[in-house]
Amino acid sequence: MTTVHTSAGPTWGTLAFDRLKVELKEFTRSREQMIFIFAFPLIFMVLFGSMLGGNVIEGTTVTFAQYFMAGMIATGIINTGFQSLALGIAIDRDADALKRIHGTPLPPTAYFTGKLAQVLLVSVIQITILIAVGVAFFEVSLPTEPATWGTFAWVFVLGTGASTTLGIAVSSLLRNAKAGSAILTPVILFLQFISGVFFVYTEIPAFLQRIAEVFPLKWLAQGMRSVFLPDDFKFAEARMSWEHGAMAAVLVAWFVVGLFVAVKTFRWQRADDN
Amino acid sequence: MAAAAIEISQLHKHYGAKRAVDGLDLTIEKGECFALLGPNGAGKSTTVEILEGFRKRTSGDVSVLGTDPHSGDRSWRERIGIMLQSTSERSFLTAREALTHASRLYPHPRDVEATIAAVGLEDKADSKPQTLSGGQRRRLDVALAIIGRPELMFLDEPTTGFDPEARRQFWALIETLRGDGTTILLTTHYLEEAEHLADRIAIIADGQRIALDTPAGLRSRAADAIVTWSDAGGRQRTATPKPTEVLRALLARTEGEVQDLAVTRPSLEDVYLGMISKGHATASADDVADVEEGQE
Repeated sequence: MTTVHTSAGPTWGTLAFDRLKVELKEFTRSREQMIFIFAFPLIFMVLFGSMLGGNVIEGTTVTFAQYFMAGMIATGIINTGFQSLALGIAIDRDADALKRIHGTPLPPTAYFTGKLAQVLLVSVIQITILIAVGVAFFEVSLPTEPATWGTFAWVFVLGTGASTTLGIAVSSLLRNAKAGSAILTPVILFLQFISGVFFVYTEIPAFLQRIAEVFPLKWLAQGMRSVFLPDDFKFAEARMSWEHGAMAAVLVAWFVVGLFVAVKTFRWQRADDN
Repeated sequence: MAAAAIEISQLHKHYGAKRAVDGLDLTIEKGECFALLGPNGAGKSTTVEILEGFRKRTSGDVSVLGTDPHSGDRSWRERIGIMLQSTSERSFLTAREALTHASRLYPHPRDVEATIAAVGLEDKADSKPQTLSGGQRRRLDVALAIIGRPELMFLDEPTTGFDPEARRQFWALIETLRGDGTTILLTTHYLEEAEHLADRIAIIADGQRIALDTPAGLRSRAADAIVTWSDAGGRQRTATPKPTEVLRALLARTEGEVQDLAVTRPSLEDVYLGMISKGHATASADDVADVEEGQE
């Protein structure tokens, strides 16, 4: 009864690449997305940088602007990979756009690869803009050691990986996109406040630090500080170390949890459409 | 192997106590245009969405182009075209972009420009769905469903909300697709639409099939005339294929004027409405029987 059909259609790579092109076209035509992803972190960067940027963090030579840029890069990764992705998928699901995709021969793996590639590309552009502003206006200096850029690469990849799988997972747990926006925005904002983005992490009450340590944003921000701040700033960190080992462990753990939940719960259709 | 395009046997889909599909049997042959006709909530779309691989069934056997839709893979999807009940109201892509992208998913797609012309969207090819009228959007939906040259096409309530003129135009479009051997499964709650487009019609009510016939066959069920009048016993009503005979007998036994005399021919619509209201009655009787069985 079962017949094995082999597709005579386009290769998987062509399908995934085509999907990426559609994702990028949709992204660049969405004013809300463009503003949220590119303008929003930039406005914060300029705002905070101008207000407090020149202040030197006590006991160090690092200005708040430098500290803040690392935090904004971390936040940007979460915004693009987690919040924006989760809401985007939820909106597509509400509008039956996902269902329509599922009705075509596009393999699910090609769909997700296209999404992931779009997130990576957009994140790289977003980070480049933030760094350019930091260097141009807030005297942020860039690392020269290749090893430091290596650190940047793995922190970026693990952070984006964890954000993306969690974003896909959360999109299925939300009942709909409207509820999603109402739930996710305050959660992310709360994490930004306690994870060393808007405030210096060590100045946050200890119990909030313990909460922040559970989530990826704190580690992502710390990882970016280990890239963009002088190495001896690590003595001003909470445990007087960059804690790269713990950082990798937490980000990988969230990636695995996100992947597991995403695979288990992903829906192409609305919750009431089964 | 000249298997049927779609085979459904004893299909059930239950949502708690509600039986959306309740023991449906159907065979749809290759190349035919088949309509599932029924009122809203009859189980048409649930059935079609099971066939499209979107919904899981509670029980029963289903084969679509020789494959169980629940495990339909990429090569199976390449052979079917789906027009969902909901339309794509908003998109960042223009009609031409959406079609071009969709065409690149299939091994032997239709030509994009020719497809745009076939559905009559030449003037709107560079517009986004949000600037199209409802009818134009549905034309785009059809174009997306046929772009991969499907062997089997699903049209789920394609003309709901259309004005009569737009509906006529849409029917003409579907008729042009019928020539090339594509199997079409259409759901509709418009009797006229099923009658106009389909080779065969299954009438569904409460998840059960209550009639399966050609449009001509259904029409022939409307052959009986209804003779009504009043006499001492009150209002009288006789359904008959020979109304003249009934009238002769009536006139012969009545002196003077026959009160309230009328001879009417029911329309196909009357037959259909009669069937679906009877279907409701039968279905609820079955429900009672099932409950009683369950208690034993």
